[in-house]
Amino acid sequence: MINVTYIQPDGSETTVTAQPGDSVMQTALNNNIDGIIAECGGSMACATCHVYVEGEWADQTGARMDGEEDMLDCAMSEMKDTSRLSCQIKLTEALDGLRVHIPEEQA
Amino acid sequence: MPQRIVIVGAGQGGLQAAVSLRQEGHTGAITLIGSEPHLPYQRPPLSKAYLKTGDANSLRLRPRNFFEDQNIELLLSVTVTRIDPAAQTVEHSVGSVPYDHLILATGTSNLRPDIPGLDRALDLRTLDDAEALREAVSKAQSVAVIGGGFIGLEFAAVARAFGLEVTVAEAASRLMARVVSPEMSDRFLKLHRGMGTTVLLGAPVSCVTETGIVAGDVPVTADLVVLAAGVRPNSEVAERAGLATENGVLTDARLLTSDPAISALGDCAAFPDPTTGRLVRLESVQAATDHARLIARRLVKGDEASYAAVPWFWSDQADSKLQIAGFATPEDEAIVHPDGAVFRFDGDNLSAVETVNAPRIHMQARKLFAKHQRPTRDFLAAHEYEIASMLR
Ligand SMILES: Cc1cc2nc3c(=O)[nH]c(=O)nc-3n(C[C@H](O)[C@H](O)[C@H](O)COP(=O)(O)OP(=O)(O)OC[C@H]3O[C@@H](n4cnc5c(N)ncnc54)[C@H](O)[C@@H]3O)c2cc1C
Ligand code: FES
Repeated sequence: MINVTYIQPDGSETTVTAQPGDSVMQTALNNNIDGIIAECGGSMACATCHVYVEGEWADQTGARMDGEEDMLDCAMSEMKDTSRLSCQIKLTEALDGLRVHIPEEQA
Repeated sequence: MPQRIVIVGAGQGGLQAAVSLRQEGHTGAITLIGSEPHLPYQRPPLSKAYLKTGDANSLRLRPRNFFEDQNIELLLSVTVTRIDPAAQTVEHSVGSVPYDHLILATGTSNLRPDIPGLDRALDLRTLDDAEALREAVSKAQSVAVIGGGFIGLEFAAVARAFGLEVTVAEAASRLMARVVSPEMSDRFLKLHRGMGTTVLLGAPVSCVTETGIVAGDVPVTADLVVLAAGVRPNSEVAERAGLATENGVLTDARLLTSDPAISALGDCAAFPDPTTGRLVRLESVQAATDHARLIARRLVKGDEASYAAVPWFWSDQADSKLQIAGFATPEDEAIVHPDGAVFRFDGDNLSAVETVNAPRIHMQARKLFAKHQRPTRDFLAAHEYEIASMLR
């Protein structure tokens, strides 16, 4: 079991559990987390699954995939250094406790 | 605000309607009825990743407990057979449900043209189809694909990567002719031929035999035949209920059908294009989900806004990701930018931008359409076709 915490723009937090191999996007949908739309189902074609990875977790979640940056750059909310497409972050035990912030706007 | 909302069709759009109704704050009953046995799932991977991985779980849009948690009644393996608009009830294979508002999200079925022997060909529309096809592919050495549209070509690319001998037979003179420019058709023709796939153009299939197909006059040998020759909207139930239909269930700009207690969305809905007013029916995840969100806002918040979302679409074929922002008709002119993006024009107005492996331009084009709706040629020329500068 891997715990993931989603933090809304208003600061409210929800912690849910996930299985290894699930993506941060899929975990959000499974738990009805507001603000992750994920229209393309993880095909890196929509940028509506944008998150900001909190603090030191950014080192743990790895590098962006090919093409991910271009999508993020044009997402509705501003791209920051910590921006990721949550469909491209696959959960492992090492990411237990991961915290991600949801941007103001997705679509 | 309607209390009891019934959704017919538990696919991409029907599921989104249920999700959005709850997100908008609907507290009344929601019944989601689907004829397939599976929890709502996404179709795009069926012709892409799923054929490789066979992982059906990753297709699922929501887990089972989601429906319990959200108090959404989910009826699977249940087919709606009749709508009674006067009594406001739907009858299905195991009973009936009353509704205050009904949402039709019935999608499409594969076109099965009248070709001798076609019952030998496999479909690729549902998860069950894809499962059967995956199994058949693992045993086949060669495959013939009827139809050179997105789905046929995506499948062809995967089959070729598996090492099968692949032939694609397309009746039109170019690939994906209904949606993309001739330039883009050509680019993908080269891609597929470069992979070693035989692509026959202007080659309508006249029969399917025990040994393969006959395309044009050419006999093609294949162990496996796949049918991907387009679809037709599932609008029979609506039609029998007396709703207006025209290549789909006819709706107004708010996605309301000719009955004010019934909306329609996604692949089965024919609606006025927000920029041209022309009646269109789109087969895309974008349309299904944006339609669903608009309908939910109308039903819950009383928001009567017209549908205005920018159309977009993607197709993955081998390592080429084709993305389309906007919506063009086959006659629309094409101007190819030096960086490879194709700009389509309907008269003086930009109708679509097609790109391959250029997500940045695609996303910018979507923003451009959201901001300017139908930019003119002069406007584009003044900005030297650099979309980024048009957005400033
Ligand atoms: C192989 C494949 C690949 C695709 N790839 C892409 C892609 O890359 N990008 C993209 O944007 N789009 C793609 N699409 C299209 C996309 O999947 C559809 O546009 C989308 O699923 C439409 O959603 P919908 O809700 O309108 O219909 P569907 O998702 O088809 O759902 C309709 C559901 O209604 C059910 N139903 C019908 N009649 C009844 C009835 N009377 N009673 C009960 N249930 C009923 C059907 O069984 C079905 O499950 C692809 C489609 C396929 C088949
Ligand atoms: S879900 Fe579409 S880009 Fe992540």
